Amino acid sequence: MKRFFGFVQKEFYHIFRDRRSLFILFGMPVAQIMLFGFAITNEINNVDIAILDRSQDASTKEIISKISSSDYFSILQHIKEEAEIEEVFKNGKVKAVLYFEKEFSKKLIKQHTAKVQIVTDATDPNVANTISNYINSILSNYQEEQNRSITLVYQIVPQSRMVFNAELKSVYMFVPGVMTVILMLVSAMMTSISITREKELGTMEILLVSPLNPFQVIIGKVFPYIFLSIINAAAIVILSIFVFHVPVNGSLFLLGLESVLFIVTSLALGILISTISTTQQMAMMISLMGLMLPVILLSGFIFPISSMPVPLQVISNIVPAKWFIVIVKGIMLKGVGIRIVWKETLVLLGMTLLFIGLSVRKYKIRLE
Amino acid sequence: MKEETVIKVEGLTKVFGDFTAVNKISFHVRKGEIFGFLGANGAGKTTAMKMLIGISAPSSGSANVAGFDVYTQTEDIKKSIGYMSQKFALYDDLTVKENIRFFGGIYGLSKARISQKSNLLIEELGLEKVAHSLVGSLPLGWKQKIAFSVSLLHDPKIVFLDEPTGGVDPITRRQFWEMIYKAANNGTTIFVTTHYMDEAEYCDRVSIMVDGNIEALDTPKNLKTHFGSDSMNEVFLKLARS
Repeated sequence: MKRFFGFVQKEFYHIFRDRRSLFILFGMPVAQIMLFGFAITNEINNVDIAILDRSQDASTKEIISKISSSDYFSILQHIKEEAEIEEVFKNGKVKAVLYFEKEFSKKLIKQHTAKVQIVTDATDPNVANTISNYINSILSNYQEEQNRSITLVYQIVPQSRMVFNAELKSVYMFVPGVMTVILMLVSAMMTSISITREKELGTMEILLVSPLNPFQVIIGKVFPYIFLSIINAAAIVILSIFVFHVPVNGSLFLLGLESVLFIVTSLALGILISTISTTQQMAMMISLMGLMLPVILLSGFIFPISSMPVPLQVISNIVPAKWFIVIVKGIMLKGVGIRIVWKETLVLLGMTLLFIGLSVRKYKIRLE
Repeated sequence: MKEETVIKVEGLTKVFGDFTAVNKISFHVRKGEIFGFLGANGAGKTTAMKMLIGISAPSSGSANVAGFDVYTQTEDIKKSIGYMSQKFALYDDLTVKENIRFFGGIYGLSKARISQKSNLLIEELGLEKVAHSLVGSLPLGWKQKIAFSVSLLHDPKIVFLDEPTGGVDPITRRQFWEMIYKAANNGTTIFVTTHYMDEAEYCDRVSIMVDGNIEALDTPKNLKTHFGSDSMNEVFLKLARS
């Protein structure tokens, strides 16, 4: 036990004396959660738009004032000619142009239809889509107000309610994802690098010739990262609760247990990577390409799995992060317990055992 | 005085697939002896050494190191031997003292023993000024001396040195061999592999491996007489080319 303690102490020296690993350990989690929480967002706010109003009548003025009084849009300029539309987009400030046809009011009253065109800058398709949806809903709102006096024969009134995240805050969606990325990064990448570093320096050989047995060596190397990962997970949860007001509706204790499980999964992956790589660079590349990309792209963190092509949906099942994100979302946002997430937990547990089994088989005392 | 044998090897063999890396080698090493283990790259000396230090299981044959069997008692062997590789592996981001404390710790030395040993070691090597400097900032020759002293921390019966003088200048090499002599005089057995044939002259006895076999084993003097050569270098070349 004393030997083990000495080993862990040495491991902490390595971590605290290396600025790079310190940054990855403590800088990254905070930076990422702040970035995703504040800067990267799917919501729109004060988007600049331009108006091309051929009618300039009561109706168009009312619509325009409705739009400009919302928080979502601000009207940057009024243009006169169709030819100018391309111009304003090319200048880059304006994200959408609202184009009212001639005699808008008159047509509305006489023919009961009038046309307004929404032109959006689709270089950023997600934003264009959102803008167009927002303008549409302002327009239909206006239409409803005008029709209040008339009773329609058929009327469908959709009422949507967004549960678990009523304000559609994107930070709700990012917190579970960022937590997953950080835990994966710290646990898998850092351990695989630190184990291969010993191989590269030749100290692994010395350790294997010492009375420590190989499993003590690995556990000693991994232990500090379990500890630091738990601190990281806690820091992320605390930040998201107090800075971004993301609720934890389920049990904090269960969230903690599931996080520890995922940390162990990642560590097992890290050890597996270290058994197949001979240099630190190799370990880092495998971790980045083999772990980080799937975690970001295939786990449902940013892109919904249900809208992926079927082959990718199938592949996403072997990404441990996918299951963890489902669990974290369930516990934090929906407030569910183990009765609901047991299946995902079991999958993670199975994967963990598989990775540990594989590493033990691969971990032959093979030097060069 | 009866001479004690600390390494007994009989017909030790290691096979990787179709390739026989070590072919039925046999030799004995006496206590306090400096035993040179020579051979070209790929002759099988590293493989043989790995079997003796308990990190590679032999395919057949028997070997007994410090009184323990290499098949069943590797844990006991590891406690009784010291090992230093050609990389002088110490932790660059730990200070001299921290390295000593760490390696003493994994060999299970008590705190008091470690601090006594480390003071002695620092004094002997004249490292007082750099005791709290990171090892990474020290010149290679110093690292080598520290690594050797660290491998002796737990007073092992046998020290295995795997090409311990690679990349070090001649003066430092000379000083290093003085340390080896001192350890041998204190009764520690030295098992050393080397590329440098002039170093072979410093050994009590040398074995020369060629293609997995031990082709010659005797004192440097007898070997030179036997092969009619002036230096170990010539002996080695005659054997390797035959």
